[in-house]
Amino acid sequence: MAAKKKAPAKKKSAPKALKTTKDELLGYYKDMLLIRRFEEKAGQLYGMGLIAGFCHLYIGQEAVVTGIRGVMKEGDQMITGYRDHGHMLACGMEARGVMAELTGREGGYSRGKGGSMHMFSTEKKFYGGHGIVGAQVPLGAGLGFANKYLENGAVSLAFFGDGAANQGQVYETFNMAKLWNLPVVFVIENNEYAMGTSVKRASAETELFKRGISFEIEGLQVDGMNVLAVRDAAKKAIDHARAGKGPMILEMKTYRYRGHSMSDPAKYRTRDEVNDIRSARDPIDAVKARLEAEGWANTDALKAIDKEIKAVVNDSAEFAQTSPEPDPSELYTDVLLEA
Amino acid sequence: MAINIQMPALSPTMEEGTLSKWLVKKGDSVTSGDILAEIETDKATMEVESIDEGIVGEIVVEEGAQNVKVGAVILRLLEDGEDESALEGGSDDAPAAKAEEAAPAPEAKAEPAPKVKTVLSDPDIPTNIAMKETTVRDALRDAMAEEMRRDPAVFIMGEEVAEYQGAYKVTRELLQEFGSQRVVDTPITEHGFAGIGVGAAMGGLRPIVEFMTWNFAMQAIDHIINSAAKTLYMSGGQMRCPIVFRGPNGAASRVGAQHSHDYSSWYSNVPGLKVVAPYDAADAKGLLKAAIRDPNPVVFLEHELLYGESFDVPDMDDFLIPIGKAKVRREGADVTLVTHSRMVGRCLDAAETLAEQGIDAEVIDLRTLRPLDTDTVIESVKKTNRLVCAEEGWGQSGIGAEIAARVVAEAFDYLDAPPARVFQKDVPLPYAANLEALSLPNANDVVEAAKKVCYVEE
Repeated sequence: MAAKKKAPAKKKSAPKALKTTKDELLGYYKDMLLIRRFEEKAGQLYGMGLIAGFCHLYIGQEAVVTGIRGVMKEGDQMITGYRDHGHMLACGMEARGVMAELTGREGGYSRGKGGSMHMFSTEKKFYGGHGIVGAQVPLGAGLGFANKYLENGAVSLAFFGDGAANQGQVYETFNMAKLWNLPVVFVIENNEYAMGTSVKRASAETELFKRGISFEIEGLQVDGMNVLAVRDAAKKAIDHARAGKGPMILEMKTYRYRGHSMSDPAKYRTRDEVNDIRSARDPIDAVKARLEAEGWANTDALKAIDKEIKAVVNDSAEFAQTSPEPDPSELYTDVLLEA
Repeated sequence: MAINIQMPALSPTMEEGTLSKWLVKKGDSVTSGDILAEIETDKATMEVESIDEGIVGEIVVEEGAQNVKVGAVILRLLEDGEDESALEGGSDDAPAAKAEEAAPAPEAKAEPAPKVKTVLSDPDIPTNIAMKETTVRDALRDAMAEEMRRDPAVFIMGEEVAEYQGAYKVTRELLQEFGSQRVVDTPITEHGFAGIGVGAAMGGLRPIVEFMTWNFAMQAIDHIINSAAKTLYMSGGQMRCPIVFRGPNGAASRVGAQHSHDYSSWYSNVPGLKVVAPYDAADAKGLLKAAIRDPNPVVFLEHELLYGESFDVPDMDDFLIPIGKAKVRREGADVTLVTHSRMVGRCLDAAETLAEQGIDAEVIDLRTLRPLDTDTVIESVKKTNRLVCAEEGWGQSGIGAEIAARVVAEAFDYLDAPPARVFQKDVPLPYAANLEALSLPNANDVVEAAKKVCYVEE
């Protein structure tokens, strides 16, 4: 069996075990904090009625996308499902453009026509933002197919959740991705709940990193609350894919603190469960503790970072409210391209 | 009596074939399971096994004979204890035409085209160009090969497209010319490979995704619609998805309800797609080349029963037909017949019958179902004042319903009769030959509908 298991770390002091530098860790801290604060603000704007429809927050899962992004190279692509705000920020997309898309304004990445679940930036190599559970998995493999065909050396990172991991098209894709050794990495963000159904209640095999065994795809189970563990696993998988050895599966054991979407009362789990994970495994607290312990950032420096990020987020919220709604003429644009 | 071995039907639509090689000779003794001959159809070369035991008494059809009809006696076998005297009496009583009598629905594939060839000059085809008779199958193949030579980003993927040379031989010899990187056999997983195709298009390639038939694309429809058709809009114009989904659509011959569905109206319902459904070989070629070059996702609906039909195709290097333009295939003054795909042939036949009865029908081949060329239809109705819409699929929410609604909305005052529609009966397509024939619309249905809108009594 190719799959290996790494026991998920239980303590927030875990990052100490893994090598890092001051600059690297500060960078991850800022990136994760930006996602956290951005999502909190989005939740607030949703509560105020400024964001509509479905809005899925990434709070709690920040280490996953941040650690992976940290080892991606120029040209590598990212694609995910509908819990996508964190991925966009990690790819370097502007907070303003993301927030304005959430409010359905002209200044949004899709000029107000996509919304929370449907945003893209071909410039930043972010390919969505897909609302149909599991659909991004073959699409991500298709990006890998194009990379291999064009011999451009890029790797495609396809993110999906524990819910999508039960979709048939995921296994069709595993099969072809390995059959053709496509440069793609499958990242399962196992946050323990597919909407309101726990992994235990939905999956016959709950260790999702084993799901590639019948396709000869190696899988790793990773502490998705530890940005450095994520980084190391991602490096291994991305290098593997880039070397022409085909896909790997990374099962990121993570957790979302908020409901599935803003309209989810989250009755399927206890408040205590959320609080326990939050106090014991929070990915941002862990990095903060390490920064302080290493002497890489004191309280003042951390406060300054917090302030800086709040300013970016507040600016994005301001922009998202003042940017006008799309012009009515936009209704009929972007349906087809001129042949 | 000697045993008569007949030319077998090796596919649901086969009507004749070439006896390419005999593997037995007179005097050989054969037993059940022995290979007797190799037979080449328009799709494949197949071996024919004996199911009887005996001694080859007479080879009736010589090696290399072409266009041997299904059911014709090709070999006579002497049973145990028989000698050549058993061959007396000949083999001409073979029930060669029996299958065709029982199944009136399939058009004889041997006929190159409908009995009328009323093809008006096409503004898209230069007048001084030589024509080359080509099957629809080869026209589609040529279109793909030409576009693959022209643009290295074009590739084809699907089930059996490479080593098998295409389930319907449409991708014949593409593997040999372009190699396995560009002619990609997939597992039988439509949902997955359609998604990979769309992802490859988003990643900068120009995929042609072949579905063995459109029936199987129901497994993949999420990617055709949600991933391919909607993403340009949802991304505010950023995401490109230049892809062609193609394959045979609609009824074949006696393949039952699950393999006979016409999806014309389904896909024509979706903004963000272009939908093409050609009739003859020239349109198949010119439109497929245009579809491959189009920057948008294109659904390309072919028809299995047209694959083997031959038509004139302009013999020129870069022959393109613009997507979105209907073609007037026959001019007429009394009634407008609007149709597409295989029903074009039926409508041209109907027009000839109508002409004999003094009704001059105009036949419009829509060619593209989205965007729909309403202008050409409206112009025609303004002239004829009568409309019949004919399609092979079901009527409810069909192409004919859409055409009729548009004509009523935009040219109501020109109509001298309510529009009529011809379509498949509102049941899953049955297998039995007689019931299948009752279900599918034919030329006579079109004639009757045209007479009704012309208020002609029997």
